Amino acid sequence: MATKNEVPAGAIRTRAVELAVALAIVAIGLVVVYDSHRVGVEWAEDGPRSGYFPNIIGWILTAAGGWIAGETLYRWKALGGAVFVKRDELKPVLLMLLPTIVYVGLVWLIGIYVASALYIGAFMRLQGRYGWLPALAVALGVPSAIFALFELWFLVPLPKGPIERMLGF
Amino acid sequence: MEEISNLMHGFAVALTWKNLLFMFVGILLGVLIGVLPGLGGANGVAILLPLTFTMPPTSAIIMLSCIYWGALFGGAITSILFNIPGEPWSVATTFDGYPMAQKGHAGEALTAAFTSSFVGALVAVVLITFLAPLVAKFALKFGPPEYFAIQLLTFCSFIGMGREPPLKTLAAMMLGFALAAVGLDTVTGTLRMTFGTTHLLQGFDFLVAVIGLFGLGEILITMEEGLSFKGKSAKIDPKIVLRTWAKLPKYWVTSLRSCAIGCWMGITPGGATPASFMSYGMARRFSKTGEKFGDGEIEGVVAPETAAHAAGTSALLPMLTLGIPGSPTAAVLLGGLLIWGLQPGPLLFVEQKEFVWGLIASMYLGNIVGLLIVLTTVPWWAAILRIPFSIIAPVIVVICAIGAYTVHNNMFDVVMMLVFGVVGYLFKKLKYPLAPLVLALVLGDMAETAFRQSMLLSNGSMTIFFSNWLVGSIVTLALVILCYPLFTWFTGRLREKERRATEAR
Repeated sequence: MATKNEVPAGAIRTRAVELAVALAIVAIGLVVVYDSHRVGVEWAEDGPRSGYFPNIIGWILTAAGGWIAGETLYRWKALGGAVFVKRDELKPVLLMLLPTIVYVGLVWLIGIYVASALYIGAFMRLQGRYGWLPALAVALGVPSAIFALFELWFLVPLPKGPIERMLGF
Repeated sequence: MEEISNLMHGFAVALTWKNLLFMFVGILLGVLIGVLPGLGGANGVAILLPLTFTMPPTSAIIMLSCIYWGALFGGAITSILFNIPGEPWSVATTFDGYPMAQKGHAGEALTAAFTSSFVGALVAVVLITFLAPLVAKFALKFGPPEYFAIQLLTFCSFIGMGREPPLKTLAAMMLGFALAAVGLDTVTGTLRMTFGTTHLLQGFDFLVAVIGLFGLGEILITMEEGLSFKGKSAKIDPKIVLRTWAKLPKYWVTSLRSCAIGCWMGITPGGATPASFMSYGMARRFSKTGEKFGDGEIEGVVAPETAAHAAGTSALLPMLTLGIPGSPTAAVLLGGLLIWGLQPGPLLFVEQKEFVWGLIASMYLGNIVGLLIVLTTVPWWAAILRIPFSIIAPVIVVICAIGAYTVHNNMFDVVMMLVFGVVGYLFKKLKYPLAPLVLALVLGDMAETAFRQSMLLSNGSMTIFFSNWLVGSIVTLALVILCYPLFTWFTGRLREKERRATEAR
């Protein structure tokens, strides 16, 4: 018997993500409440202490997240048919997200210019299947333009690494 | 008429060659931001904000607000030619704009869209010119309880009037407040929620949040949808423009109604997106040719565009007069004012006359310049959209990373942008609204200060929020709006019960 709760193989159901996000919200809410109690939620001689306002916020946050989580669990069966993301949709998202995480790490290590050139070039070569020439042109052109705009025109320094230092910047 | 003479003085401030150049650059950048996926008004302004730190504030805000106008104009181009809304507020424009383009009337649709945007903005600016000084004068009498009441009203109307589930709006908003509380508490000097790391001492900057949520999050969603831009080509020549202009006065009633909806939704923080939908729906209901809506009716382009621009512009009124922005982009502009050392609020109209009226004058000029620029440059923007996404996407991510870094010259902000990007993706897919999160993050400190001061005045008693007619009526209104979803839920349940009862019979 085919039920409406079946989803394509490898797909992630909305209810699972919904529950995870709601529980994360509850967790954040509890952290806020905990920390508010640490700094004090009551009144001192000169007025409310630092935790007074965040404590209220934390409790509302916990309640809202808890309610959403509870509602999701309550309607768990009925929500089974909704797909959050299919496998063939998730792939391009991860192909965007994972290189971006690597990119941010690279910016930390070798500065923004070289990292950007590598990131744009690799993305165009691997994702867009471009030839070396257009990939190199954009990968070198964009960071150069950014360099001119920020370092030379607006005098805003961006993170630089060993290669820029070698060139004397 | 004091306003007129002030405005004339404002024109004198805005009409320098340098400012006109900034206006021109701003509009061009704005349209570019508006047509590119992943870059919108809010995060476009957020990314460019650090570049203006060294500029004089008046020139800076002229350029940034022109970026905003440009983004509003730009959204229409992608909607009509590519059936892809570049901005959420131009979704309703695709309903009739794209069918028009399919029939070969892209030129007419674009002219109608730009012209109605212009009209909507103009009406809103006139409203700002005459209403803002009055609101500011009135707000001078406000004390902390009144300020907190106004903020309460702002946030309650997000919950009560929003299109998203009320509980998710509440959760997103409280998350914003919680993030705003992180870092040094300026009143007592206590560290809150830093958990011993120095990275969190400064707290979360909302500019970084905006860039991550709206920029990176949007890119991830676009990747998932696997967009390929296959659009209609646009030809606009003066003949088409004039012919369309000759047709437009016929729709003055729709136009006027859309302006009213837009201005109302902009001042109360409904924002441009619901305004455009509401206006489209009303136009369809009241139009004589209502049943033809959706097949390329020019009125269906006029209505949402007018309302979106009127809302986008009038969102600056509460930002300038009360320091409470009506939209995420207005929130970013407010952040800019604070960075330049200008405290938004009623005193701005007294202490910074030149700045305020220069800005208002630049709204008139910016929209005229914007209309001329978009009408003449449409084919270029259409060409930019044909650049494949696998080139545009990494470039936009690089720009976002630079934008996040330059806010405080801090690498940790770039990491935070990444985190906010993933949060933006999840929230958008689960229908958590992002605007209240951003607004709570911006206003968190102000709201907390107003609340604490009120509590100090009353020694911890909540009755201060009902201590006089002004604060009492604002708070009551806020609570009524807050409970509105409960009311509709309840009547819905009652109706459902009745229906079942009649069916059972």
